[in-house]
Amino acid sequence: MAVELPGFLATVVEAVLVLSATLTLLAGYRVVSGPTTPDRMVALDTIGSNVVAIAVLFALVTGQDFFVTISLVLAIIGFISTIAVAQYVTEGDIIT
Amino acid sequence: MIGELRHALGAADLVPLATEATKLGTVQTVVATALVLVGAFFLTVGTVGLLRLPNVYNRMHATTKATTIGASSMFLAGFVVFGPGGAGLTSLVGIVFLFTTAPTGAHLISRAAHRMGVPFFGEEASWPGEDD
Repeated sequence: MAVELPGFLATVVEAVLVLSATLTLLAGYRVVSGPTTPDRMVALDTIGSNVVAIAVLFALVTGQDFFVTISLVLAIIGFISTIAVAQYVTEGDIIT
Repeated sequence: MIGELRHALGAADLVPLATEATKLGTVQTVVATALVLVGAFFLTVGTVGLLRLPNVYNRMHATTKATTIGASSMFLAGFVVFGPGGAGLTSLVGIVFLFTTAPTGAHLISRAAHRMGVPFFGEEASWPGEDD
């Protein structure tokens, strides 16, 4: 099912897409220069949530609804990677 | 040409063309616009908190809640636009998933930071069960 957005909503969604992409780039600064490893983990988690929001916005702006499913998959992958890194930091091994 | 081909193959009844898209109503447009703007605000708050707060725990406090609300607002906008079946249902599942996994991930990260010995910001706070 494809949905055609009105012009006003399409403009708003495109502007918010640009804003979200900029915010994701700014969160990358914390990934590069965060003083400790948990700082970088928090920043990567934030980037994951931002990319989920970007995927939903892309589904809205293209009218293709399967990008919502893609955003759900991205959320799952982000959660699993966060758990994996946290286990690696605390236990020294992911699967013990 | 393509239309004749699709009709000859019998695909016109199965898969609708992209030009046959459904239009959105006025109320849906207003509600979706408001939800997208609210989500953009909360994503901005979360990222600014991530950049400006002084410690791991404070940054976690900023990003986990604000970014979850922001992404959930985007999901709600997707639910409003795509309707209650199909992708809208996927959006609701995504909201439940975000509200379940974001506190879990933040808890694991804070436990990892505690295990690595990252101190709190300031002198007043301490972990429960530790007297220092």
